[in-house]
Amino acid sequence: MALEICNASVIYPAQAGRPPVEALSNINLHVDEHDFVVALGASGCGKSTLLNLIAGFLSPSSGKIVLDGSDVAGPGADRSVVFQKHALLPWLNVRDNVAFGLKLQGKGSAADAVAARFIALLGLSGFEKSPVYALSGGMQQRVGIARALTCDPKILLMDEPLGALDALTRERAQELILKIWKDTGKTVFLITHSVEEALFMGTKLIVMSPRPGRITYRFDLPFSRRFLDGVPARQVKASREFIELREEVLRIIFADEEQVA
Amino acid sequence: MTDQSTMAPHLRKPRTSLFSTFSRARATRPGETYGVPGQGNTTWLSVATILALIFVWWAVTATGLVKPLFVPSPQSIVQKFVDVWVNGFTGAPLWQHILISTARVFGAFLLACAIGIPLGLAMGMSPIMRGIFDPPIEIYRPVPPLAYLPLMIIWFGIGETSKVLLIFLSVFAPIALGARAGVRSAAIEQIHAAYSFGASRWQVLRHVILPSAMPEILTAMRIGIGFGWTTLVAAEMVAATKGIGYMVLSASQFLQTSTVIMGIFVIAAIAYAFDLLMRFLERRLVPWKGKM
Ligand SMILES: Nc1ncnc2c1ncn2[C@@H]1O[C@H](COP(=O)(O)OP(=O)(O)O)[C@@H](O)[C@H]1O
Ligand SMILES: [Mg+2]
Repeated sequence: MALEICNASVIYPAQAGRPPVEALSNINLHVDEHDFVVALGASGCGKSTLLNLIAGFLSPSSGKIVLDGSDVAGPGADRSVVFQKHALLPWLNVRDNVAFGLKLQGKGSAADAVAARFIALLGLSGFEKSPVYALSGGMQQRVGIARALTCDPKILLMDEPLGALDALTRERAQELILKIWKDTGKTVFLITHSVEEALFMGTKLIVMSPRPGRITYRFDLPFSRRFLDGVPARQVKASREFIELREEVLRIIFADEEQVA
Repeated sequence: MTDQSTMAPHLRKPRTSLFSTFSRARATRPGETYGVPGQGNTTWLSVATILALIFVWWAVTATGLVKPLFVPSPQSIVQKFVDVWVNGFTGAPLWQHILISTARVFGAFLLACAIGIPLGLAMGMSPIMRGIFDPPIEIYRPVPPLAYLPLMIIWFGIGETSKVLLIFLSVFAPIALGARAGVRSAAIEQIHAAYSFGASRWQVLRHVILPSAMPEILTAMRIGIGFGWTTLVAAEMVAATKGIGYMVLSASQFLQTSTVIMGIFVIAAIAYAFDLLMRFLERRLVPWKGKM
């Protein structure tokens, strides 16, 4: 698996008296198999636009997106998306939500077994028949992740998947996602505006800044591997190296903000 | 500010006047949510209102304040119901009048659902369909059915067709417009998720857009059949020999006020029963309505 974004730019045309927005400008990004790429940046710096390009919901104004040698021209089952919210189907129970992708692909016969596997993996066993609207926000996000995994995508795209969760649930969910990343060997592209989350989860970090949206810094990160090697999450996050990098990234982001403002 | 709890009881100002509810807000009891507009149970008040209305009705007729020609007594309405049930009205028993009217309204309603729901969905999904069908629907929709009743009769005769068609037209517009608006209920994330699993446009319509539109479609059906009952009397104005609307109209020509009022109550009762059924269906079919 290899994802290549070459010189991609996105300009949203002017509308209703507002000038055109250069949401992304000359983005270059290379994602290897098993990478966990985290895009970090303030609201409006083009993170979702970048994810929509990879997902194939949006075509770039210029440049291109290449997945395993072929151009991305639209959405497809090799790229699953986990959204921040509103993406589950409230008329289906947990199991049918998880099996939804497979059923759409006509793999209904295998769907229940595969769904059961990912329901167990995400710790949702026993809730198969529950209506999704009755679940907590954290459990709803786990249903969304299980659903995205069932179709065995090459890359998992997550747009602020933990953004609506409370702090405690959020830390648990970060750990769960990392364990699943390790167990399934997936490639992940995750968006967040939490610096701590970005540093803890990614193997590669891209820091983005707005107007025009671009990648301003890139870091390689060691922290998620440490956690997966057995160091407790809080200990990883409290380490001197983690805190120093966190402060550095925060300085970068605040400096950006001041330039813009 | 004084702490009320430390004041002697006789010093507390009474707060029960009607206007105090408007002028000041007080804390709710546990189990209620503070500040929800209009919260509270209305069942007892509703029952009391109905009983009071019946009592006033009975009182003005029993004291001879109003002549039976204008307002017959409640008892006479019940008697009339039993009488028409047993002896019939213009040769047909009451149940036949009820049956034929119900068949007309429901026939028109089912037809309106069968055409209006798919057409409304298509209008929601396709700008071409919307461009074509929006003007005709918006033009005829505000016109009262009585105005185009003569046209229906000229075109389709005095048989069942023109009657059902008249009711159909009044039911059709709200149902089609409801289905069209319902298309917008699906969250864009739900639609994107389906497409990213490789769904076709048809699958997205079938598995995401249609189910999310169900609450609005059911509401539109409820509103639509309400319009159907409203149009019934107009539909049975010309060349009908059976039906509740016909019964009410011809009774009014002979100044049989009690039959008129009885017919009105029968229509109200059937329409209300159907509304209850629709609400029940709504709770069963879309228990998730408004929850996500
Ligand atoms: N469909 C759109 N039309 C016009 N402008 C848009 C659209 N989507 C996003 N934008 C603008 O593009 C910029 C980047 O948006 P987005 O990618 O959603 O940022 P982020 O996800 O980082 O908050 C913002 O200034 C936003 O207002
Ligand atoms: Mg965003």
